[in-house]
Amino acid sequence: MSETKEIIISTDKIHTDQYLVNMGPQHPSTHGVLRLLVSLEGEVVHHIQPHVGYIHSGIEKMCEAISYPQIIHLTDRMDYLSAHMNNEAVALCVENALQVEVPDRVKYIRTIMDELSRLASHQLWWCVMGMDLGALTTFFYGLRDREHILDIFEETCGARMTVNYNLPGGLMFDIHPNFQKRVKDFLKEFKTKLPEYDELLTGNVIFRQRVDNIGHLTLEDAIAWGVTGPSGRGSGFSCDVRKHQPYSAYPMVQFEEKLDTKGDSFVRYRLRIEEMWESIHIIEQLIDNIPEGDYAVKMKGVIKLPEGEFYQRVESARGEFGVYIVSDGKKNPYRVKFRSPGFSNLFALNKMAAGHKIADLVAIMSTLDLVIPDIDR
Amino acid sequence: MNGLFEYIKTVFKGVGTLLTGMKITGSYFFRPWKHVTQQYPENRETLKMFDRFRGEVIMPHNENNEHLCTGCGICELNCPNGSIEIISMSVLTEDGKKKRAIDKHIYHLGMCTFCNLCVKACPTGAIIMGQEFEHAVWDRTKLTKVLNLPGSKIAQGVKE
Amino acid sequence: MGFNIYDFTGMTHNMHVSFMEHMSPLMTTIVEWTIIGVCYLLFIALFGLFLVYAERKVCAMFQQRMGPMRVGYWGLLQTIADFIKLLMKELITPKGVDKFLYNLAPFIIMIATFMAMAVLPFAKGLQTLDFDIGVFYVTAVSSIGVIGILIAGWSSNNKYSLIGAMRSGAQILSYELSVSLSLVTMIILAGSMQLSVIVEGQRDAWFIFKGHVPALIAFVIFLIAGTAETNRGPFDLAEAESELTAGFHTEYSGIKFAFFFLAEYINMFIVAAMAVTVFLGGWMPLHFGSLESFNHVMDFIPPLVWFFLKVGGVIFLIMWFKWTFPRLRVDQILTLEWKYLLPINLVNILLMSLVVLTKFHL
Ligand code: SF4
Ligand code: SF4
Repeated sequence: MSETKEIIISTDKIHTDQYLVNMGPQHPSTHGVLRLLVSLEGEVVHHIQPHVGYIHSGIEKMCEAISYPQIIHLTDRMDYLSAHMNNEAVALCVENALQVEVPDRVKYIRTIMDELSRLASHQLWWCVMGMDLGALTTFFYGLRDREHILDIFEETCGARMTVNYNLPGGLMFDIHPNFQKRVKDFLKEFKTKLPEYDELLTGNVIFRQRVDNIGHLTLEDAIAWGVTGPSGRGSGFSCDVRKHQPYSAYPMVQFEEKLDTKGDSFVRYRLRIEEMWESIHIIEQLIDNIPEGDYAVKMKGVIKLPEGEFYQRVESARGEFGVYIVSDGKKNPYRVKFRSPGFSNLFALNKMAAGHKIADLVAIMSTLDLVIPDIDR
Repeated sequence: MNGLFEYIKTVFKGVGTLLTGMKITGSYFFRPWKHVTQQYPENRETLKMFDRFRGEVIMPHNENNEHLCTGCGICELNCPNGSIEIISMSVLTEDGKKKRAIDKHIYHLGMCTFCNLCVKACPTGAIIMGQEFEHAVWDRTKLTKVLNLPGSKIAQGVKE
Repeated sequence: MGFNIYDFTGMTHNMHVSFMEHMSPLMTTIVEWTIIGVCYLLFIALFGLFLVYAERKVCAMFQQRMGPMRVGYWGLLQTIADFIKLLMKELITPKGVDKFLYNLAPFIIMIATFMAMAVLPFAKGLQTLDFDIGVFYVTAVSSIGVIGILIAGWSSNNKYSLIGAMRSGAQILSYELSVSLSLVTMIILAGSMQLSVIVEGQRDAWFIFKGHVPALIAFVIFLIAGTAETNRGPFDLAEAESELTAGFHTEYSGIKFAFFFLAEYINMFIVAAMAVTVFLGGWMPLHFGSLESFNHVMDFIPPLVWFFLKVGGVIFLIMWFKWTFPRLRVDQILTLEWKYLLPINLVNILLMSLVVLTKFHL
């Protein structure tokens, strides 16, 4: 007995230390220039300290010098995967401030575009998720399907990612005559492809081992850290702005807010796949019923907001995106603040990933669906 | 015994899901005609961009070397990043009045973010978006272009 | 000098005899060794490059792409161009590395690969070393490679490399066991560890057919464990790109990196060749017991073609795994080995022994 005790004491004397690893700013799995300072004990992650700001571009400050239509085009460059939602948030904010009511046609088209962006964003997230876990083929299948959506954007908006399709008071152009047909064709094809996603990844036993019961986030933590979007809903945080503060055509469509309380990586994964089905469902309800009418209301040449503070939030693909404008009555805002979902989501990473392995850290980070310019703006 | 049964079941189930995945990738492997990629420089002839594609700002001229630009400078005001510089001049009209006209419509392609705001704002529709997307040049100065062609003048009947 | 594409024994024997006539025995040995060495070098370089090309094309096909298309017809010369590029690149030695070990590691890996190649029977008479413990030898030398990986990871003075190397160490040591045990299963059936005897034993039917279910299970386990031993996806933890950038060879550049790269592909070839030799009849043609005319037609295809066709098939399977599955986590890899493959393997050996004892396989 005494002998065993001695052995235990002597192992205590072996000095083990945590060591720091810089994941990033150049690292394949951070999808951009994000730096995670990870302290490790062997393979086990002990603490994660994200360092942001490597591609901070000062968009908020730039906004103070330019007019409102020009601000919209800058928001394309923040979360470039949900450019439409970002555009729309600013446009809606300006419209609300001026109390402009846009025609129904605009609302419908905006909503369809939002949901197409959400689909495109989730597709890209899906391929990257697979790639982070080492299933490289998913990357190409996701991109293949996303290509159709980008084509739709390109035909109607003139650009594939930095669409800049919204203006205060409406849209840049009317939809292209082919738009409805293309969208319907795409939906028909994508509905056959989405089950393939499930077969390739969702059901795969290796994948399930990697994400099931990994990276738990409790409801309290989700609310405390402001984790929104599918990541927050995975923890049971009902935070879908489309439901709680409907804007554009969302009041007119039927859809479900997908919620789950388990809060692990797989739930976050599954909710995004289910959201894709919901998006398809929403677009299907709208695409045949786009009302006739103008695609924009006439606005003044120089848009000036009344003095005051204005806030508008929308549901971007990653969570709640908010625009806060302080105006002093000039044509430029006094101050603009963007509440980007990625920023809040990123900082909950430590809560989720501490105690897991490095490989899990990568998987958990994927389920948060981070876009670095969205974090750094 | 039950545990053993469970064990065997998990093994078979796991293998089953793996085979499902392999079925998907395999089905694409054996249908090589379903390739989705394009051979880019080779397909230049057939590659056509959509009409609305925003490749660069151009100023169309008609066969008499006339354009629609009045030199009003609204596009310059609307550009968020100063990609457009309007150098205007005054010309004498036939009835002896002084009138503003465009001298140089300078466009910095390297700074442009293709936001379409200038095109949208132009009152006469003098500038539009071109579909050219191969913008690589050896020298950065080549990215600064003068959109109105030398010797061009404003078309008849364009009102400010 | 007789040349027979069905049997190389005569050719090699004639060569040996004619050398002996003209030279002293020592000289003969030296010349023969040189010839063999050059042959292997050429084979490794060319076949390795071809495998890289094949992998890129195969993965492109899985992903609905075309793969390399620019250099040469359908990009055939692409990997050669890449290789030349790697040859010309600067060899970077990062600060703080253990220079001797750092430079040694690629060679250890290459040497292990070369040694394992030596016993592979390509065709009748086309085998450099025909040990009576051939199978044992292959499993033994193939684990030398892990020393190279560990040294590379340790000496690079990089945390990513070290983690990658440690992972690889744990993984290869565990999977060695499964590889050996599944080979043991087949040795029970074959009754010999000499590779030429094993191949010869499959003249009338390949072992995978002869051995019924146990052989099939052993084959699947061998494939899985073999993939794991070569550090290929889904077991590519050692270089897990999304986690460890490039794992143990993060710090290597130029030709040293090419060594690791080539060795990985040649190892894949060795695993496939072993699978073919032990399970799929080596260079033996496909024979079915009573179909005389069919067997006769099959005999016309030269053994070398048979060998490479089968190897190609197995390699394709391994590539298929890699391009479909996500990567496992390090503890899951060990779970898979110790909780699934090893017990199944042990039961399988028992089953195989029963089959052999009851003479069910004849
Ligand atoms: S497209 Fe936008 S950035 Fe480019 S010149 Fe016009 S207004 Fe300026
Ligand atoms: S291009 Fe249009 S907006 Fe610009 S100066 Fe000419 S007329 Fe005015």
